[in-house]
Amino acid sequence: MPEIKVTPLGAGQDVGRSCILVSIGGKNIMLDCGMHMGYNDDRRFPDFSYITQNGRLTEFLDCVIISHFHLDHCGALPFMSEMVGYDGPIYMTHPTKAICPILLEDFRKITVDKKGETNFFTSQMIKDCMKKVVPLNLHQTVQVDDELEIKAYYAGHVLGAAMVQIKVGSESVVYTGDYNMTPDRHLGAAWIDKCRPDILISESTYATTIRDSKRCRERDFLKKVHESIERGGKVLIPVFALGRAQELCILLETFWERMNLKAPIYFSTGLTEKANHYYKLFITWTNQKIRKTFVQRNMFEFKHIKAFDRSYADNPGPMVVFATPGMLHAGQSLQIFKKWAGNEKNMVIMPGYCVQGTIGHKILNGQRKLEMEGRSTLDVKLQVEYMSFSAHADAKGIMQLIRMAEPRNMLLVHGEAVKMEFLKGKIEQEFSIDCHMPANGETATVTTNPSVPVDISLNLLKREMALGGPLPDPKKPRTMHGTLIMKENSLKLVSSEQALKELGLNEHQLRFTCRVQLQDPHSDPDTLNRIYTHLKSVLKGYTIQHLPDGTVMVESIVIKVSSSAEDTSTKVLLLSWSYQVKHFYFYNVISSNTRAVKRLILIAINRQISIVNHD
Amino acid sequence: MLDCGLDTTSVLNFLPLPLFFPSFQELKECAGRVFVDSQPEFCLPERELLDLSTIDVILISNYHCMMALPYITEHTGFTGTVYATEPTLQIGRLLMEELVKFMERVPKAQSATCWKNKEIQRMLPGPLKDAVDVWTWKRSYSMQEVNSALSKVQLVGYSQKVELFGAVQVSPLSSGYSLGSSNWIIQSHHEKVAYVSGSSLLTTHPQPMDQSSLKNSDVLILTGLTQMPTANPDGMLGEFCSNLAMTIRAGGNVLVPCYSSGVIYDLLECLYQFIESANLGTTPFYFISPVANSSLEFSQIFAEWLCHNKQSKVYLPEPPFPHAELIQTNKLKHYPSIHGDFSSEFRQPCVVFTGHPSLRFGDVVHFMELWGKSGLNTIIFTEPDFSYLDALAPYQPLAMKCVYCPIDTRLNFHQVSKLLKEVQPLHVVCPEQYTQPPLTQSHRSDLMLELQPPPMPYRRCSVLNLPFRRRYERVYILPELANSLVPSEIKPGVSMATVSAVLHSKDNKHTLQSVPKPPPVPPSKKRKRVMEEPPVVLAPKPLLSGAVPLEAFLATLQKHGITEVKVEETADGHILHLQADDTLIQLEEDGTHIVCDNNEPLRTTLRDLVLRFLQKL
Repeated sequence: MPEIKVTPLGAGQDVGRSCILVSIGGKNIMLDCGMHMGYNDDRRFPDFSYITQNGRLTEFLDCVIISHFHLDHCGALPFMSEMVGYDGPIYMTHPTKAICPILLEDFRKITVDKKGETNFFTSQMIKDCMKKVVPLNLHQTVQVDDELEIKAYYAGHVLGAAMVQIKVGSESVVYTGDYNMTPDRHLGAAWIDKCRPDILISESTYATTIRDSKRCRERDFLKKVHESIERGGKVLIPVFALGRAQELCILLETFWERMNLKAPIYFSTGLTEKANHYYKLFITWTNQKIRKTFVQRNMFEFKHIKAFDRSYADNPGPMVVFATPGMLHAGQSLQIFKKWAGNEKNMVIMPGYCVQGTIGHKILNGQRKLEMEGRSTLDVKLQVEYMSFSAHADAKGIMQLIRMAEPRNMLLVHGEAVKMEFLKGKIEQEFSIDCHMPANGETATVTTNPSVPVDISLNLLKREMALGGPLPDPKKPRTMHGTLIMKENSLKLVSSEQALKELGLNEHQLRFTCRVQLQDPHSDPDTLNRIYTHLKSVLKGYTIQHLPDGTVMVESIVIKVSSSAEDTSTKVLLLSWSYQVKHFYFYNVISSNTRAVKRLILIAINRQISIVNHD
Repeated sequence: MLDCGLDTTSVLNFLPLPLFFPSFQELKECAGRVFVDSQPEFCLPERELLDLSTIDVILISNYHCMMALPYITEHTGFTGTVYATEPTLQIGRLLMEELVKFMERVPKAQSATCWKNKEIQRMLPGPLKDAVDVWTWKRSYSMQEVNSALSKVQLVGYSQKVELFGAVQVSPLSSGYSLGSSNWIIQSHHEKVAYVSGSSLLTTHPQPMDQSSLKNSDVLILTGLTQMPTANPDGMLGEFCSNLAMTIRAGGNVLVPCYSSGVIYDLLECLYQFIESANLGTTPFYFISPVANSSLEFSQIFAEWLCHNKQSKVYLPEPPFPHAELIQTNKLKHYPSIHGDFSSEFRQPCVVFTGHPSLRFGDVVHFMELWGKSGLNTIIFTEPDFSYLDALAPYQPLAMKCVYCPIDTRLNFHQVSKLLKEVQPLHVVCPEQYTQPPLTQSHRSDLMLELQPPPMPYRRCSVLNLPFRRRYERVYILPELANSLVPSEIKPGVSMATVSAVLHSKDNKHTLQSVPKPPPVPPSKKRKRVMEEPPVVLAPKPLLSGAVPLEAFLATLQKHGITEVKVEETADGHILHLQADDTLIQLEEDGTHIVCDNNEPLRTTLRDLVLRFLQKL
């Protein structure tokens, strides 16, 4: 039985360093190659030694697919391809290909230049790695090789995020990456067709949450920001440069416009303008509304939002600052946080998920004293707010996607074990399909049961379809018979006659003849004629022929009459039939007539029937 | 339906839509030719040949080939789906919108119909007399019809496989001609038809043509070759630039009648490089069209559909086309029409790009009137769709200089024969025109398709049977059945198995399932069951093959206690006489005949013994 194997190297019962290996139809595919924000040691990257202990990965992998540009999905890519060694194709969508190297370079700078780590990938490595990238278009079927094909679907989560379908023969797997089932202010909702994969590998970040309407969350967010500004406080919103940031910018921009607010909004790092430019060039990846109006008004040109300078952090008065990165684990957001943490008038709004081990995670869990580098501690007095804005599907969304794709099996990654367990139960109950949740390094195996594709001769198919009547009736099964010829790699199903021809075989006729005596005073031709007329009247729907050479044929059964010279009233009935005669030709004959001759003939034929019938 | 184009050359028979029109008169003579003074009308695709409501699918190859969509999808009962790529849809919408706006700006009170009367038309001179099917010519559609027609479009991406009713799969491939332009593959599991329409092998802005996917086609339908087989696009571009520079230097204006998308992007890019070197840095360039802004903006957001060079620009991120920079530096300005801002900002000498290339409607008519009388000015034709002499006819006499440099990047005959050699289709189907040299150049045998086997030509309304026989169809054997099959080897590498199965056909997909065992009859319902017909699902007996060897068969008979056998040799084999039972067995190379009376058990035994030696199919 063919099997599909799925092994997470990262994101198995965890969030961070997504990296999932899939073995399907003899092909090995790596899905995502991310880093873990919660660690600074080896655990930061997936454990590639699982694939091979020594040397390069090229010969073990047929392709690598990156779902979107977040670092927990692509952060380990240059390490994997350049330092461990992989030269095969890496697939990602155009926006991901454009943005991913920028974030990688950012990540590298923070790690190497600021933290002074060595043995890390270089700028050149990022470039070399990106040279191996093959861009993917939505819905395009990409033939990785003769057997393996992949297809990307819109996932919504961030600009360019994709779900991928991986297909070998009739077996398939869908990997969702991160996705969002509700459209937001700048992106559309994820969509997939009813592709019925053998396994659907889904993220499950919000496995147990069913979030209230987006509108309520937005109102809440604006209210909190507004209140804080009103009382003269500073609001810090740690974000990743691309994605949620743009959505919140659009939200604040329109709010400022409407309320005529004057407090400045800043966006840290030089990336903003560039980032917005990407959104403009990749406008086809945003939602319907933005796409429709972009010629008149580009949603990504902000009037109220200005570039941030480090010195502004000490300016008096209220302000809103978007700063990177989003989990307060390094960089500018952390610096500003340290500056503002001591004042209870200030506020930090965490608009997304924070990985364990980050400062973001700690303060969200109510920690008010933080140990910083150099043994100093930081008192956290500012207000800490959490707003779930990160664009992941919630429990409802995940169920919705399952309904869309109709998978045969489910596999959860990118979530916490306890929450996964809960969702697993729900899925198994509602859809009656198996749900797996392997931990890192653990393999989930799914046995598939693929149908065998065969080429059927059109003659045979049409003949069989015609037998079922003019209109196919799904309730009435139609049996068909044929011969399957297996030659090299081709499977052909043809009629037996054609099979003989194609295989160059001669047909062997097997015939039986039996003689039956009966009394009838008529002449031979008369007797035959009477037999013919009778059979004609009782065997409706069968081909009965009276041939000029003095035989009667019922389908392929031959009946002849002869009489001996001495006794002309004793007739010998010759019945001859071939091995292939179908028994039900005579099915209706059994009920019968009264006249003597006819009865005799019938008896004769009945006997013949019983002979033919006997299998 | 493959494509849905509009024949716009019919508008050449009409007078230009003037800005201020004089009193109504149906026919007018102008410089020796007669024109119809009416809202211009278009020649539609054939609508009488078949019931358009029976069309399930329309495949669009590029935005020029969809201009007749509203005529087909509206008011005909059409309920199918139109497939096109996103750039094709968006730019096609712009071109339709432009057409509608041009027409709506200067509405004519009535349309002329008298001249269409056969008796009158017969009397008319020139091209009007010979125009065919004039009664089917139609005025432009409305924006509402455009929107409704385009709402039936389903977007597809290159190499996306779209299943149609389970019967065939269609897939667009890049054709290299314009943004989002496609060739189509229509295939089942065993047959493949390629539709090649409007393709280009030149490196311009669109993604290069995908040739390899066209390989192994049974039939290749070829259309949309260049209309200018003798004009080299690069040479024309050079001529365009030099004429433009010459006119400007002499203090004249340049008018470029063009479509709002397509070659104009290449012209602008060419000028971008040319402006500085030709010292035209201060000359204003104007692009005037109701959709000028949208066209320029849209061109920048379809990075995925552009050639590699342009694609990599968005990674920087920079706009893929340099006209963004021309606009930023104020060298290129665009306006929705000559009214409004343009009239106050307009400086001469200048270069104006505007439509429509037929010179019958649109802002170009205004410039013809404004500049036509001065020999300093030049009109440069770049679009190949219209004969420039016909286009200019109603404006004669004209002092303005005319330069004709048609730029048609589509395949020429030389490129086609190279392409066909490469992709090796079994049969080629093409318009009749491609199978003979052009009428005006009958000696140019290089301007036609010469192929082995010769291409199958078609003409308007001809019905062609494509030359392939469908012999196989895909069927799926469900795993349970597949596991139950018992293959036997016939010769090395070839095995066979007999299959008896239940055939399920749904949405043109066929599956084979094991024959279900008759369900055990619950005793309580027994009586009811008896009344029903027994299901007829018994397998028929297989065909037999092989021969029965005499010696081995005799040995087998012996083993089964049949010992009294008299063997008699005949011409074709042997006759075995089973004396004890008065039974004959005739053994021959290709047949066995058992003659046995009234002894059913013996007959059965003999049959089974014979069968042991034979292959069953």
